[in-house]
Amino acid sequence: MSVADPQQMAPTAPLQLSGKRTPAAFGRLLLSEMRLIVGRRRNQAGIGVLMVIPVIMTIALKASSDGGESGEGGPLFLAAAINNGYFVALAALGIEIGLFLPLAVSWLSGDSIAGEANLGTLRYLLTVPVGRTTLLAMKYLSLLIGAFIGVLAVALAGLVAGGIAFGFGPVTLLSGTQLAFAPALLRLLLAALYLTAGLGALAAIGLFVSTLTEQPLGATIATVALSTLMWILDTIPQLDWLHPWLLVDRWLAFADLLRDPVLLDTISRGLLVDLAYVAVFLAAAWARFTAKDVSG
Amino acid sequence: MTLTEPSAPVTSLAAISTRGLTKRFGSHAAVDDVDLDVPRGAIYGFLGPNGSGKTTTIRMLLGLIHPSAGDITMLGGDMPAAAAAALQRVGALVEGPAFHLYLSGRANLQRLDAADALADPRTSRSRIDAALDRVGLLSAATKRYRAYSLGMRQRLAIAAALLMPRELLVLDEPTNGLDPQGTREVRSLISQLNRDGATVFVSSHLLSEVEQVCTHVGVMRAGSLVAQGPIGDVTSAFAPIAWARTTRPDLAATVLTGLGMDEVTAVSDGAHGLLGDLPADLVIASLVRADVPVTEFLVRRPSLEDEFIALTGAGFDVSG
Repeated sequence: MSVADPQQMAPTAPLQLSGKRTPAAFGRLLLSEMRLIVGRRRNQAGIGVLMVIPVIMTIALKASSDGGESGEGGPLFLAAAINNGYFVALAALGIEIGLFLPLAVSWLSGDSIAGEANLGTLRYLLTVPVGRTTLLAMKYLSLLIGAFIGVLAVALAGLVAGGIAFGFGPVTLLSGTQLAFAPALLRLLLAALYLTAGLGALAAIGLFVSTLTEQPLGATIATVALSTLMWILDTIPQLDWLHPWLLVDRWLAFADLLRDPVLLDTISRGLLVDLAYVAVFLAAAWARFTAKDVSG
Repeated sequence: MTLTEPSAPVTSLAAISTRGLTKRFGSHAAVDDVDLDVPRGAIYGFLGPNGSGKTTTIRMLLGLIHPSAGDITMLGGDMPAAAAAALQRVGALVEGPAFHLYLSGRANLQRLDAADALADPRTSRSRIDAALDRVGLLSAATKRYRAYSLGMRQRLAIAAALLMPRELLVLDEPTNGLDPQGTREVRSLISQLNRDGATVFVSSHLLSEVEQVCTHVGVMRAGSLVAQGPIGDVTSAFAPIAWARTTRPDLAATVLTGLGMDEVTAVSDGAHGLLGDLPADLVIASLVRADVPVTEFLVRRPSLEDEFIALTGAGFDVSG
């Protein structure tokens, strides 16, 4: 192109840099994402499954206790529920963090990018335009919210079912002291937040896997497989050197929140491990997604 | 709904300009050294058979895929550095419609509007309905996308490009799946948007669909841009052909070759060749002097359609 070309000499219209997204605009995008997630039938069915499990546990416990059995043994917290419905919520969280909650989070996170790529809606979001970093941040926040909704749904279903079957009373902690119902609810909320943090780390893995493929189901299966593998490795004593590094290793430490005083040692280390997983996998997802050719 | 702000005067500034734009997949160049020049205010027909690299080019223009080489300037900004600012002024339809199946047409547009950092949520509803109305989908706004026909899906994708005022519309095969009536409507929509001040870059593998509305064309073949310019220039650049009907085709061919004409061919009832700069009367005189019995002599320019087929090879050939 010659320098004298008049087309090139003409002043170019300045491009105003209005590309910055205000927090309100980000909020609007996040809200639309949450609507999409919550409005989806299969997600509603998933929440339904999460909520049915505490109900089943309650019925099973009620049936066995009416039959005069002691209800001793069995899953964490479950036996205590005979005297106080509150413990059904904790028992249900303990059960579901093993498979169903990670499954739900893998489901959402595997779908997050790969699902849009698979449908082709990803290219329309990107040309709106939504910056790739913004999109990733929004998707991850929606996964955190989704994970929290899942955990809350389990806890609430457990509280309601347990309350109906066994009633509520002052909560006897694992250390023997008694706690009024309101502060006990606060401990339950803290437990829910702790589990959400762990699931949030799993969501970061899922989000990363989701940027690798255009097959949402594949991303989901890979993420579930990974969390299940970690549970399995965590039960093998010969691998105890590995256990502290496994994401799932300290998930059940939410029980420490039910002691007096609260044991923060394991929990804080668990949170650090969560944070490390989040940092590594979000960085990987970002590196992958911002360089990716979107041709689906 | 006005589609553009007090419309910028049509200037010679390029809406899209690329230099050496190339995309390689492995060793295969899907787009090879393409220099696009789309002036502001134009309706630019981006033509070429399926698989000639049109969509890959469009994906690079919109920042969906990264070029292997070359530069892109869009609305005065260098891509991809100015992508966010430039794309806000671009409405795009890329490689067919894609929406959430279980959402209504309107809900799908709400989703895209929510994603637009510049869209005012207070006017969202009215803008969405205006866009739906513009493509004739307002009555089907609450229907699920799953139940839309291909034509309706295509219209919804066009509506999505019209949610905000746009300076440039990039429409990849907008008439795909539309019936003749729908195709006519899209053509008239394109003209209308252009009159409102938007530059329109429209790709098609069917020349006839866009030829009537285009001010400029670019023709792709096997990853290369083989012709480009104002539609009048492109047609007038087509080399005129001199054609003589005679009972002695071989002799006629010899004379034409002797005059320095290219691509001289003898056929059963005559001979033809590229006229070049020769005056037609000189050709006729030479034929007569050589005792070629000429019964008819013709100089004609190939139509855009002829040339399009010549440039791009057979219409159904999928190259690369």
